[in-house]
Amino acid sequence: MDLLLAGVRRAVALLIAGDAEVWSILLLSLQVSGTATLLALGLGIPAGALLALARFPGRTLLVSAVNTGMGLPPVVVGLFVTLLLWRSGPLGRWEILYTPAAIVLAQAVIAAPIVTGITLAAVQNVPEAFRLQLLGVGASRLQMVWVVLREARLPMLAAVMAGFGGIISEIGASMMVGGNIKGQTRTLTTAMVLETGKGNFDVAIALSILLLALVFLVNWLLTVIQQRRRA
Amino acid sequence: MSEAVLALRDVVVRYPRGVTVGVPALDVRARETLALIGPNGSGKSTLLRVMALLQAPGEGAVSFRGRPVTAADGLAVRRRMAVVFQQPLLADMTVEDDVALGLRFRGVGARERAARAGRWLARLGIAALAGRPARTLSGGEAQRVALARALVLEPEVLFLDEPFAALDAPTRGALVPELAAILRAEGVTTVLVTHDRGEAQALADRVGVMIAGRLLQLDETARVFGAPASEEVARFLGVETVLVGDVVEADDGVAVVGVGGRRVEIVSSARPGDRVRLGIRPEDVTLVTDAAGGHSSARNQLAGTVVGITPGSPLKVAVDCGFPLVAAVTLRSVTELGLAPGVRVTAVFTATAAHVIGTGD
Amino acid sequence: MPRLPLLALAALLAVGSPASARTPSTTVILSTTTSAQDSGLLEVLVPLFERQSGYTVKTIAVGTGQALALAARGEADVTLAHAPALERKYVAEGRLRNRRLVMYNDFVVVGPADDPAGAGGERSAIAALRKIAASRSRFVSRGDRSGTHQLELALWKQAGVTPAAPWYIESGQGMGATLAIADDRRAYAITDRATLLAFAGRIRLVTMVEGDRALLNVYSVMEVDPANGPRVNAAGGKAFADFMVAPEAQAVIRTFGVEKYGRPLFVPIAGKKDEDF
Repeated sequence: MDLLLAGVRRAVALLIAGDAEVWSILLLSLQVSGTATLLALGLGIPAGALLALARFPGRTLLVSAVNTGMGLPPVVVGLFVTLLLWRSGPLGRWEILYTPAAIVLAQAVIAAPIVTGITLAAVQNVPEAFRLQLLGVGASRLQMVWVVLREARLPMLAAVMAGFGGIISEIGASMMVGGNIKGQTRTLTTAMVLETGKGNFDVAIALSILLLALVFLVNWLLTVIQQRRRA
Repeated sequence: MSEAVLALRDVVVRYPRGVTVGVPALDVRARETLALIGPNGSGKSTLLRVMALLQAPGEGAVSFRGRPVTAADGLAVRRRMAVVFQQPLLADMTVEDDVALGLRFRGVGARERAARAGRWLARLGIAALAGRPARTLSGGEAQRVALARALVLEPEVLFLDEPFAALDAPTRGALVPELAAILRAEGVTTVLVTHDRGEAQALADRVGVMIAGRLLQLDETARVFGAPASEEVARFLGVETVLVGDVVEADDGVAVVGVGGRRVEIVSSARPGDRVRLGIRPEDVTLVTDAAGGHSSARNQLAGTVVGITPGSPLKVAVDCGFPLVAAVTLRSVTELGLAPGVRVTAVFTATAAHVIGTGD
Repeated sequence: MPRLPLLALAALLAVGSPASARTPSTTVILSTTTSAQDSGLLEVLVPLFERQSGYTVKTIAVGTGQALALAARGEADVTLAHAPALERKYVAEGRLRNRRLVMYNDFVVVGPADDPAGAGGERSAIAALRKIAASRSRFVSRGDRSGTHQLELALWKQAGVTPAAPWYIESGQGMGATLAIADDRRAYAITDRATLLAFAGRIRLVTMVEGDRALLNVYSVMEVDPANGPRVNAAGGKAFADFMVAPEAQAVIRTFGVEKYGRPLFVPIAGKKDEDF
């Protein structure tokens, strides 16, 4: 218990002192996971809407794949992305292994199925008859999808929170593809693992408190938006 | 002759389970209200969707103002029409935003949207609901919004798919005449699908009767209801008594038909020896328990026995007077006359009440 | 809505650019072990090298096996490890080359002050371990296949003992955490001197055996053959290896830790051979 208190005190001290390293770690975590979430949204929302609305051979297989992907262990993703980004790998020429870009990529891959799955369910929840009514007053296919997505905005905000929360707390993949390099790819979670391994438990706890505070802040903001739109 | 705004030719829609819809020809004329009526599952909603370009037929073509609609101009033509469905499914926004949805799809600017939406909300008596969230409305209010949503587009063809079926009787009673007035005032070409014969009679200029995917009769309202083309059509239109007999006498436009050992007088140019099929509406038959029954000048007064009474509004009393006959009687009359199975009555109906059902078999 | 993916891409590029602003041939990937990184020595040497050479070094600290394997695959340009037997094997197989000794630190056997096994004062680590096993006194091991763990296992083997539960505990974690556990359980452990010095104020364990030849931990640097994989920065790797054995770095190594701990953590030995130990 006293270790916990020591951690809290350390956390506050680090923040107030404006410890450059801690702030850069915080910022990096936010940047990387924020970008990855945006990427996941950009891929996942159209994919989810398409799967919900279109009918084509192999659709059921694809939906099963998405549902499986939602529960994919992040370490597995990390391993596969590493293999892709290795110098000897197919994407080696991108030279992004051990850079923040690699972490963004891995995290986006982790979050995308979550966003897709939730969007798919949310859009399917909108009655088919409603879609027909939109067409009946002259909506183009794209406009119809836009209104349907708008109808499903509450669960989709949940998708954003689920996606972001999952990846900012992620360790395994970030460690593998980022390398936990000081000043370059050290995030809150990888720094935590490092400090724990070194036995600096109070610093580790401080970092974990910062992480929790960050996640809570973001989710609080999103929740305010989500709950405010309820008429 | 008004030109056809919308025309269907050789349209076929096949369903693996259910009815196959086949309509060789159907024209919708400018400014008319055309009702498509038929029992549930007859394919009328399918036909409406094909006409509204919401569903592609398996075969056949839809033409708009003389030009066949192609895939390329599908959206443009669809935007010149509007559809209102049975369930008013409104988007999760305010009423006026909902009404203006179609205008938004067409790229109309905000100020014009507000003006037009406001006008039609007033027209349908729901101006006060403009700022309300659409999801909080009652059924009747929501359907008014759905109607406004379609009418605000000033469509060249308005499609109504059973628009009043989900409403309770009083709401329907208020809305139907209002809509009729609006359609007449604006001269909107309308296609109305309904299974309610009363709505068709109240709103339509022409009626098309669809049974099992086929258009069995298409004519002016009065002629369809007055002279059904076949027994099938007749039964759907509420003609509950259908009789077959041979003409035994004919004189000066009045013929006598022998049915079940009795004589039925009808107005017809049929000749003796002709076999005819007659339809009599329950509403046209009156029952009296007076033996004389002579109060009426009706030509047909047949004695018979009550066989059964079916509840409803009004009640249907089945009488056996040599042949089965159904009369519509109010609850009050049933009580006053003491009608019950076994009671002897006289069924009274005019010669014009018994009409000849067309050449259909 | 279409703006969103573009925004994301822009953000991605913005995040990615600082690191990738360096062209590939100026980046050197150094694979090393967590112990080497934890000592803090690299945080002094690497910036020094970067300033002098203009290269950017990416230090990837992983387990010994992984560090060497990465280098052998060409996924790193140079490697710094402390598992001589394994390293010699890689060099013999031609997968790594130009192995040069850089420095050593030593391991120490630590234990509770009351010394239930009577290990204190033993000159030989192996003898101490025999006593610990005989008395079944608690012992905490790294248990993570790291260089430290392998050294420990080799000692047990030489002692002719197979350590097992319940007195033998495997933490599966890094040196610091392992020491903390040993301290908490009042158990024996083998630790490197650097970690011991770093933790001196926080734990109550005391030194039992030190100075034994068997407890020396030799660090070597090895280079990667460009044929091992595509995009190997052989020149950069060689530059770093050369730097590590050059007088300047060796001088830094000689005094590293004095300020903080009162004594140096490492002993520089560039130019020496394995046989000298």
